Amino acid sequence: MRGRYGFTRFCLALLIGAGSTATLAATPAPSTPVRPAERTYSDSGPEAQLARIYQEIEQNRLDTALTQVEALLKTYPNFRLGHLIRGDLLLARGRPITVFGAALNAPPEKLADLREEAVARLQGYRDKAPANSLPRYLLQLQPEQKYAVVVDTEKARLYLYENHNGQPRFVADYYISHGKAGGDKLREGDKKTPIGVYHVTASLPRNKLGDFYGSGAFPISYPNEWDKRQGRKGHGIWLHGTPSDTFSRPPRASDGCVVLSNQDLDALAKMLQIGTTPVIISNNIEWLSLDDWQAERGALQQSIGDWRADWESLDTEKYLRHYSKRFFSSNQNLEQWAAQKRQVNSGKQWIKVATNNISMFRNPGADEMVVVAFEQDYRSSNLSNVMKKRQYWIKEDGAWKIIYEGGA
Amino acid sequence: MTRSKFSGEKYTIMISSRLPALAAIVLAATAIFTPVAARADTLQDANALFKQGQLGPALEKAEMVLVAKPKDAQARFLKGLILTEMNRQNDAIIIFTKLTEDYPELPEPYNNLAVLYAQQRQFEKAKNALEMAIRTHPSYATAHENLGDIYARMASQAYDKALQLDSSNASAQTKLAMIRDLMGASSSRPTLVAARSNPASGKIPAPVAAAAPALAATPPVETKPAVEKPVVAKPAPVTTTVEPKPAAASAKQDVEKAVQDWAAAWSKKDVKAYLAYYAKDFQTPGKEARAEWEAERGRRINKPGAIQVTVEKLQVTVDGDRATAHFRQNYRSASLKTGSNKTLVLGRHEGKWLIQQERVGN
Repeated sequence: MRGRYGFTRFCLALLIGAGSTATLAATPAPSTPVRPAERTYSDSGPEAQLARIYQEIEQNRLDTALTQVEALLKTYPNFRLGHLIRGDLLLARGRPITVFGAALNAPPEKLADLREEAVARLQGYRDKAPANSLPRYLLQLQPEQKYAVVVDTEKARLYLYENHNGQPRFVADYYISHGKAGGDKLREGDKKTPIGVYHVTASLPRNKLGDFYGSGAFPISYPNEWDKRQGRKGHGIWLHGTPSDTFSRPPRASDGCVVLSNQDLDALAKMLQIGTTPVIISNNIEWLSLDDWQAERGALQQSIGDWRADWESLDTEKYLRHYSKRFFSSNQNLEQWAAQKRQVNSGKQWIKVATNNISMFRNPGADEMVVVAFEQDYRSSNLSNVMKKRQYWIKEDGAWKIIYEGGA
Repeated sequence: MTRSKFSGEKYTIMISSRLPALAAIVLAATAIFTPVAARADTLQDANALFKQGQLGPALEKAEMVLVAKPKDAQARFLKGLILTEMNRQNDAIIIFTKLTEDYPELPEPYNNLAVLYAQQRQFEKAKNALEMAIRTHPSYATAHENLGDIYARMASQAYDKALQLDSSNASAQTKLAMIRDLMGASSSRPTLVAARSNPASGKIPAPVAAAAPALAATPPVETKPAVEKPVVAKPAPVTTTVEPKPAAASAKQDVEKAVQDWAAAWSKKDVKAYLAYYAKDFQTPGKEARAEWEAERGRRINKPGAIQVTVEKLQVTVDGDRATAHFRQNYRSASLKTGSNKTLVLGRHEGKWLIQQERVGN
């Protein structure tokens, strides 16, 4: 059905979905020693029980496994993977079975989906986020941002961090589904989930949505300025729940949305601040040790500070050195931007710029890019204004340069 | 009541090869609970009418018996069967449920209850009833077969939920409809298969071959093939005690060892050694010929999958050359785990204790 918000092209067509968990083993080991006691993990989902069930199966305690699966299904009656395991365990009492999902006439693609979900959930459970390390993307949260969301499409996992005096602290992680065709959205209808730095832009309540979206939906700000610059198309990328008859969907199931179980979405929803909470979607999270993380954010803070100071200095050429040759704003290239700044600055006796409440989020992916936002308090001899600003900084010839700047 | 008092012939009504067979005990001519000939005659009449598909008159006769003997198990059982055939499943369920309460040691009411529940797609209840049947009589083959069927149907339901298949409802309805048709047919011309099934005692549970679900297809979840546990009891070479020892204590020990060795041979699936523990005059449970019985035993024991039989709480009383062993028999195959009380009557023959009778219960 078409709700008030219409339906999004990217999220509709799916029957079931789930996420994909990738192993954290592939990520660089944190340089600081791992202290498992410090790890926190949300055991609210079915993963813990699922892991125990598989353990029982591995040890050939099928009766115990069946009992546990039945307990699991009491808690999650629409957990399809659980029903599949139960079917196997029941069937195994009567005859040997040799495949995962021994149902007659089982559609192979549905079995493959459930197998992927099993892998994703178990890996998500067994390979938790490395201790004493942070997703590289969360360089700086501004005080208003109570929480940050980081998605790992390969692992089919969503990580929730809280802002603890500017430093992200792990809160919970959840199994998610993403686009059928993976990450790196390029065009409308490509069934891919975008990779980048976004934020929650709205909350669509359940009663405005079809059952397909479950307990709610949170659109995110795809395409962002960089996406548009790159010619990435499409819209309507949401975080949303699952239909009422579906506990979870396979890892790759959506048309590009990030899908959580309804209970997880409900838990997450309490933390999301509309227009504020960052949602960073990566194919495979890079984890930084706290030391590396500090070094990286420190270098960038320094660059931002230098940019601000050079602007205040009224030395326009020095100030312009902070801008990339490929710079763009909503309506200007570097040349036009430089011309305007030279002209404006020539009429000033003094400039004072404050950058308050800075946030810095590194863009996942190959480009070395950080999305910086802040409240700019600009005062000068002839003009003052306060605005919210967003900049995209890239590493160019070893130095951080601004490639985009505009109001936020 | 012991099993041996209730050794009437059993008939299996083949409702459908795809459905759990409804095991029926119909009375034997020289029965059983009461020596009153009139009752037996009436019950026999009821049974004959039932076989002819004259359900109404059969029910009347059965009711007549029950007026005189409201507790009569045979008559109540027959009434349950008649009601089942009459498609009065809920009434039949009440009859069989009551029978399981009054005679918890009888497997047949449990089994039939399970079939009725299965017809109503109450598979969980059906499973529980069959498990009770097997608990009372671990060797009750029909219950095992039915249980396998129930598991398969429960699995099918689970798969439907997992894979969002719609096929199940359609096929289930077809099955249910089929039952009614067959029942209709059988009421006009009953197809009673006089499958003389062995009384439960002494039969080995048909191990339901099972393997670990091959979830190994899921990369991180490696499923090992079912590892069979080593047999607990020692291998059982037939002990040849040359001279029976006079001391009762010693005889008792010999009997205990014989029982343990018998269980061990069974566990080892050493059919020859196992059968060697049975005396020549062993009363085969179904009164079948010894050769027939041995063949059946061998076939069952040789089914794929490990068997483990252990003996617990063994109590032996020796009286001269006869001994009685009561114990708890724990039976375990790849898929099935049951425990039951068992009684062996053994006789000493040329210094060897051999089994003359074997029955479930004390």
